[in-house]
Amino acid sequence: MIEVRNLHKTFGEKHVLRGVNLAIQTGESITIIGQSGCGKSVLLKHLVGLLEPDAGEVVVDGERITGARRKNLYEIRKKFGVLFQGSALFDSMTVEENVSLALRTHTTMTAAQVSERVTECLRMVSMEGTQKLKPSELSGGMKKRVGLARAIAMQPAYILYDEPTTGLDPITADSINDLVIHLNHQLKVTTVVVTHDMVSAYKVSDRIVMLHGGEIIFSGTPQETQTTDMNIVRRFVTGEADEHPYVITRYK
Amino acid sequence: MASPPEQLVQQFGRRTIAFLIELARVAALMRRVISEIGGLFRDRGLFLQECVTLGTESLPLVLLVGIFTGAVTGWQAHYQLEGYMPFDLIGPGVWKSLMLELGPALTGLVIAGRVSASIAAEIGTMKVTEQVDALESMAISSVRYLAVPRIAAMTVMMPILVIQSVTIGMGGAAFVLTAIMGMSGHQFWGLIPNFFHLYDIFAGLFKSVFFGLSASIIGCYIGFRTEGGAEGVGAATITAFVWSCITILVLDFVLAIILF
Ligand SMILES: Nc1ncnc2c1ncn2[C@@H]1O[C@H](COP(=O)(O)OP(=O)(O)O)[C@@H](O)[C@H]1O
Ligand SMILES: [Mg+2]
Repeated sequence: MIEVRNLHKTFGEKHVLRGVNLAIQTGESITIIGQSGCGKSVLLKHLVGLLEPDAGEVVVDGERITGARRKNLYEIRKKFGVLFQGSALFDSMTVEENVSLALRTHTTMTAAQVSERVTECLRMVSMEGTQKLKPSELSGGMKKRVGLARAIAMQPAYILYDEPTTGLDPITADSINDLVIHLNHQLKVTTVVVTHDMVSAYKVSDRIVMLHGGEIIFSGTPQETQTTDMNIVRRFVTGEADEHPYVITRYK
Repeated sequence: MASPPEQLVQQFGRRTIAFLIELARVAALMRRVISEIGGLFRDRGLFLQECVTLGTESLPLVLLVGIFTGAVTGWQAHYQLEGYMPFDLIGPGVWKSLMLELGPALTGLVIAGRVSASIAAEIGTMKVTEQVDALESMAISSVRYLAVPRIAAMTVMMPILVIQSVTIGMGGAAFVLTAIMGMSGHQFWGLIPNFFHLYDIFAGLFKSVFFGLSASIIGCYIGFRTEGGAEGVGAATITAFVWSCITILVLDFVLAIILF
């Protein structure tokens, strides 16, 4: 279980998170939606302690990661797999080296065991046989898959996805959605997805929350999200920019 | 609204404070590097790889700088001494200039430029593409994995590069003086043993260790601090180059006072 309590984060003058409260239950699949630039990635990075909040705290399975000693922080991070927005594959390494880095660093597995685990992870994301390729030889969708294989290599209890479908064509995006669901069901992984892609949000989540103005302003099932009468949420999920209605009127 | 002179003072104050903050952060990075230096044995593969990319691959440039510096120093020493002192003194003069100052300082500046800029570009690119975050999220210390091997490699390789630069520099000087100026080999090399002090070698190499250390730390620091995409990486490269050159010039002066 991940508990976020009254989280505040400021960059320079910009107060990005203004008291975020959120509890993520073990085993659930939760999606955080919100406009571009509203602080979704910033929130996600706080969950693994990649950013330190100005105020508030993040607690993972009862352990505070905010202000934790580096050694404890690293122990907690081993429970996480993160898929970054741009995949963040190490471009000096092959696919195999990318997926195996954590295994080689943190486990005492033999080279053969590592290689077997890499194959297994790549098979799960339908990327078997790409071990020797460099990230520069992969398409955007393939990079996401390899990034995902790398994220699951250590069998994490939590997987965080930062916009897993953004920038992909609808079919590739859908196959990523299926993977997210599969990993959540098959491996019983707690799943946190950050996205502004509503198709994806409806498909993969048990629960959708909306980040707006630096706070969580809504929480509900996909069903509830579609039928809510909260104006901001409805506008976001239907994709209407009626903050500037005159533009639309004139366009018509 | 402050008057223009007041604004100037305010601006100066702000910049000084900003500079001191950066300095404190560099010190914090150094502390972390020291605390994680123990991982170096486990990461010896990374260390050796950096020795090759940062050190060995700098060699052509180092040798080029070395041979020209030696040749010019020899040539000009000949001109400076002509009519005042016996030419036998050129050899020891060139040797001391190269070993104490020109070798470490010029190699330092050239390599600092090359190495600190390339470290800043590499780490900076990893930072803006979230590869640094990816490492950290996998519970791998980015300082241990990225900074320590590079800094250790540069600190070890710099004195080796300087030795090579000075050696080929002496060759360059000997060549122009014997082949062009008509001195005999004995006249060039003859007095060097009389003026040879082990301390000179120690002093020259001592300097170069610090130059290697500072250039690589600055490269790493600027890399980790990079923000804002490709543009940010470009800016980081230049910043690392400029600051490592400035640092080397200042350090050279400070070390000269300490050593001599
Ligand atoms: N390291 C940083 N330094 C300064 N500003 C940042 C940093 N990271 C994020 N921001 C700012 O925080 C805001 C939220 O960013 P982000 O979380 O990336 O948005 P998104 O919801 O699209 O993921 C943006 O305005 C961004 O400019
Ligand atoms: Mg984002």
